Amino acid sequence: MKYQAVIGLEVHAELSTESKIYCSCSAKFGADINTHTCPVCTGMPGALPVLNKQVVHYAAKMGLATGCTVNRLCKADRKNYFYPDLPKAYQISQFDVPICENGEVFFYVDGEKKSCRLERIHFEEDAGKLLHDEIDGTVVDFNRCGVPLIEMVTKPDLHSSAEAKEFLEMIKTTLSYLDICDCKMEEGSIRCDVNVSIRPEGSNEFGTRVEMKNINTFSGAVRAIDYEIARQIEVVENGGTIQQETRRWDDVKLKNTVMRTKEDAQDYRYFPDPDLIAVEIDDEWYKQIESEIPELPISRYERYLNEYGMTAMESRQLMDSYSKASLLDAAAASGKVKPKAAANWILSDISKYLNDKELELENTKLTAEKLVDLICLIDAGTISGAAGKKVLVQLFETDETAEQIVERLGLKQVSDEGAILTLVKQVLDSNPKSIEDYKAGKKNVTGFLVGQCMKASKGQGNPQIINKLLAQELAKL
Amino acid sequence: MELFKKTATELSSMLKAKEISAVELTNDILARTDAVESKVQGYVTVTADAARKQAEAVDAKRAAGQELSDLAGIPVAIKDNICTKGILTTCASKMLYNFNPPYNATVMEKLAAHDIVMTGKANMDEFAMGSSCENSAMHPTHNPHDLNRVPGGSSGGSAAVVAAGEVPLSLGSDTGGSIRQPASFCGVVGLKPTYGAVSRYGLIAFASSLDQIGPFGRSVEDTAMLFDAITAHDPKHDSTSVKTPFEGTTYSNLSADMKGKKIGLPKEYFSEGISEEVRKNVLAAAETYKSLGAEVFEISLPLSEYALPIYYILSSAEASSNLARFDGVKYGYRTKNADEDLISLYTKSRSEGFGEEVQRRIMLGTYVLSSGYYDAYYKKARAAQRKIKAEFASAFEKCDAILTPVAPTTAYTIGSKTTNPLEMYAGDICTVSVNIAGLPAMVQPCGFDSNKMPIGMQLIGPRFGEQTLLNAGYAFEQASGLKNIIAEL
Repeated sequence: MKYQAVIGLEVHAELSTESKIYCSCSAKFGADINTHTCPVCTGMPGALPVLNKQVVHYAAKMGLATGCTVNRLCKADRKNYFYPDLPKAYQISQFDVPICENGEVFFYVDGEKKSCRLERIHFEEDAGKLLHDEIDGTVVDFNRCGVPLIEMVTKPDLHSSAEAKEFLEMIKTTLSYLDICDCKMEEGSIRCDVNVSIRPEGSNEFGTRVEMKNINTFSGAVRAIDYEIARQIEVVENGGTIQQETRRWDDVKLKNTVMRTKEDAQDYRYFPDPDLIAVEIDDEWYKQIESEIPELPISRYERYLNEYGMTAMESRQLMDSYSKASLLDAAAASGKVKPKAAANWILSDISKYLNDKELELENTKLTAEKLVDLICLIDAGTISGAAGKKVLVQLFETDETAEQIVERLGLKQVSDEGAILTLVKQVLDSNPKSIEDYKAGKKNVTGFLVGQCMKASKGQGNPQIINKLLAQELAKL
Repeated sequence: MELFKKTATELSSMLKAKEISAVELTNDILARTDAVESKVQGYVTVTADAARKQAEAVDAKRAAGQELSDLAGIPVAIKDNICTKGILTTCASKMLYNFNPPYNATVMEKLAAHDIVMTGKANMDEFAMGSSCENSAMHPTHNPHDLNRVPGGSSGGSAAVVAAGEVPLSLGSDTGGSIRQPASFCGVVGLKPTYGAVSRYGLIAFASSLDQIGPFGRSVEDTAMLFDAITAHDPKHDSTSVKTPFEGTTYSNLSADMKGKKIGLPKEYFSEGISEEVRKNVLAAAETYKSLGAEVFEISLPLSEYALPIYYILSSAEASSNLARFDGVKYGYRTKNADEDLISLYTKSRSEGFGEEVQRRIMLGTYVLSSGYYDAYYKKARAAQRKIKAEFASAFEKCDAILTPVAPTTAYTIGSKTTNPLEMYAGDICTVSVNIAGLPAMVQPCGFDSNKMPIGMQLIGPRFGEQTLLNAGYAFEQASGLKNIIAEL
């Protein structure tokens, strides 16, 4: 029998606010153990939470970017459970009224457009981290305690690990476009739980779902999903039934094991947190949030693909980087250069420079205006493409315009035919051996001679004119 | 000089006039404490050395000509559920037997800015759960008017030390009557402010939506003076804190003019459950108000009968979550008998650290929040709470204040109600509605019963009606002379 997998995801993203969700401690990653802490985030008796409104702002932003309805009155609820990384023994989360509901995320899988509905997005506080030390036993680091999170819960709309991966990538790209999450997987800023069930292909009924936890990377999610689908098919094929349970994924052993069964399901005893009052997103605030939503990644992707004539891979590469795509759009908006030409620069030389130097575009001095000027100088034949690459490096690092750099480095291209002809003749005179070879039929000496001419022009000779005149002179021989 | 017999207002004038120094006053107060504390046992911790140092500092400031608050140098006792930085704060629980908070409650910061002298941490029912101070894990407190009787609770220590002359002022907290009932039992004034008027930051939570810190004094003036010092909007630390229209001004605006004021007597509060002596004295107070020119009339608050179940559902639900943090992991009591697993550490620490009443409420609260029971209990109680609020709101369209008894009886003998928790809960019948509705209410003495035990009366006001209550209390105090009652010990 053929089976269809049904997959739903719960994605947690840490929000990149300056301070924590319910106190003024820094929310930054990587500080010394228990230094970003205070009575509030360590759950001291008597300490009380006060909501950081930036969290509401960011969560609503993600909701609007994913087509959700935003609930204007935001309440917080307590999720009660005991664990040493949770100092209050309850997590302040949202239960029956999440800040955002009923969204949809679009993405491409192998050229085909798909979508996955979002059931809800809610905000909550992160827990601390248990550090298992062989000498001192287990200690708790509360730095992460109270770092704001949004949890995005999908409908069971995904049907393969590839779809799940592309969905996750799109969530990540959207978060980075909105500038509300660091998106550093290695720091745990995006994590996800996966729900998987299978059913006979063509069936509309849902199978029993299994939840998988401890998935830390998108590629890990792919491996975990593929494993679980295969496991479930095997169980069913062997006449067994799937148990509703939570399983822990082990990305080293590449298998999952039972964490808890349905019988152990916890009762979190949610109730409205009496320490907090509902916060209302008024019209003015709502409009402000709306105004901060940029063009979404999928829309950019489709524009590059359909309007700029780029390949799917090029469009994807540009979409993935908000700053690069914005550079392209700004350059294209100037109307002075072909978008494709700007895209080529961005995907090749600009990307290479940034990779080599491990820099982000916004940390360099390159602007769209400078890039447009550069391309125009090349298009006009003022400088050669090779000289353009030299100019680009300066554009990243100095405040000068492209023209000023060309001037300073003396890179202006010589296109004066008289001057170049003199140069060509000098090169031919000083290379009699090459002429011999040419006459003997070795036409490939032309390349060498062009190179010699370029060298004699100190790189400033217009290569097209050099080619033309050299061909002309050689023909006379 | 027997300074301990004076009210805070009198002491304030003497300090300002430099007739006495803060050190002299503190020494006098501590001498009284030495003399009677072994009988009353109102404190968990007496901070005598720190008090003397604070007093010296106040005297130095005054000598240097600094402008000081009216409260500068006045001794104040603090209920042991209010966090005091570096000073033992136990909630009268074994669970926090060794807890030194790393921070000050907002009210402590406020009081420090007023240069008060803290005398110590007052005893209470464990985690403020109880009405007799017998649930303290440390020791019971005795009613200074009859040492065989309870002082009331949960702020029994705070009320008792004021009544015993061990201190002129104290802070308590009130979740269902925990300031008002002990004020009544001990013959002192106690004010439960409008919910949000005093910051809860640093008050170790029992039921967050009901808890309020409030002052005790032996006169309405004293109580107003301390109330002014602790009322402040605290948006940085407490989301439920509110800006009040009277912040810091009730003392200077005290007025005893009752002409034309309307006082309602809710008939449900004078039913057969209330002892004859209590009823008689409260109704006599109503007559006093009439003679002062107030209009007094009967009103009805029919939803009052639902107040107790609503209160015990909401307060226990919140408590079950608020007290979950006491798990033996981070601070306070940790069992020495845990097995290797985490659950054992939790279960044993909590079973050994919490007293019986606290465990009872945690279980009750856990039950009402459980999946399948939430709608029937917690949700329904919340809905009923809105109705009670509405009922009070419409009552206050007709009157300025509501006058009621505080408790069915005066202080009872120690041990007489400990075997039946429900009987103990029933004693809260007159006080819990106020917390459910988030309203202010004040208690002050209005007479004595045949055993010479104080009888209190309760004035309930609309939201932010504190000035009205203090004024009415001030008027009654002047008319009745029932003020600054110090128990003979």
